[in-house]
Amino acid sequence: MTALFRLDGKAALVTGATGGIGAAIARALHAQGARVALTGRRESELAALAAELGEGAFVLPADLTDPEAPAALIERMEAELGACDILVNNAGMTRDGLALRMGDKDWADVLEVDLTAPFRLARASLRGMMKRRSGRIISIASIVGVTGNAGQANYAAAKAGLIGMSKALAQEVAPRGVTVNVVAPGFVATAMTDVLNDTQKAGLMGRIPLGRMGQPEDIAAAVVYLASPQAGWVTGATIHVNGGMAMI
Amino acid sequence: MSDTAEKVKKIVVEHLGVEESKVTTDASFIDDLGADSLDTVELVMAFEEAFAIEIPDDAAEKITTVKDAIDFIEKAKA
Repeated sequence: MTALFRLDGKAALVTGATGGIGAAIARALHAQGARVALTGRRESELAALAAELGEGAFVLPADLTDPEAPAALIERMEAELGACDILVNNAGMTRDGLALRMGDKDWADVLEVDLTAPFRLARASLRGMMKRRSGRIISIASIVGVTGNAGQANYAAAKAGLIGMSKALAQEVAPRGVTVNVVAPGFVATAMTDVLNDTQKAGLMGRIPLGRMGQPEDIAAAVVYLASPQAGWVTGATIHVNGGMAMI
Repeated sequence: MSDTAEKVKKIVVEHLGVEESKVTTDASFIDDLGADSLDTVELVMAFEEAFAIEIPDDAAEKITTVKDAIDFIEKAKA
């Protein structure tokens, strides 16, 4: 039997590769044989990750708040490591606050990075994928995109938006052999959740049936599956990886 | 037949997988050649690449027949 979930010969672009989940996704895809393009804003951290991975890892710094950046990034990737077979929209940011006090800029900035940039990247990479009659677009959403979360109206809206966007794209490009899916993590131990205090963390733990915070590798495994040839009949889906916190 | 017309027809044959004889000048991509909306978008992208031109969205919407495509491309290249 052929080994499952191998990605030999494929090239993947991972945005937000300097973050905890992004780095784990890049490591996991690379371990399955894919060449990975690491994108983020902190070039030195990208370079450190590329050095750790060795052959088949490429550093492509980009600032995705720039509307021109996504198309340029896909072009650069195709020039440096070949056609983009797998796009992982992982980059994201939070700017929490109760809606009553949430400024327009906090709303707009989060929507721009967490929803608009993934759309632009998907649009730019789809052209080649459709031509090649194969491709994988995987976006990292969040449990709060489905359940909501006080203080995160902007982030929850963007993450819910990713899910809707992915379903629409999935229907558009299915006839061309391209799949579009979402992984929705629960609370994962990363810099983004480090800001929670101990009381908040203890409260969270009580709501996670599997009794622990997620690890970035828990999320990466779901991404590897969706990227793999074995997930060829899965599209428009959202895989919830949340320790059972929301069974949806 | 002009070079452009010939090239356009060749692209249509390749992309839609239809017989060359069906790709007449007046043939409509959707009504006569069985294209769906995704096919028409792909065709426009293929024309853009093959002829090194840009076809804006509002013009692309009006390209529904082989003749529309040839006319637009000839004008764009003129």
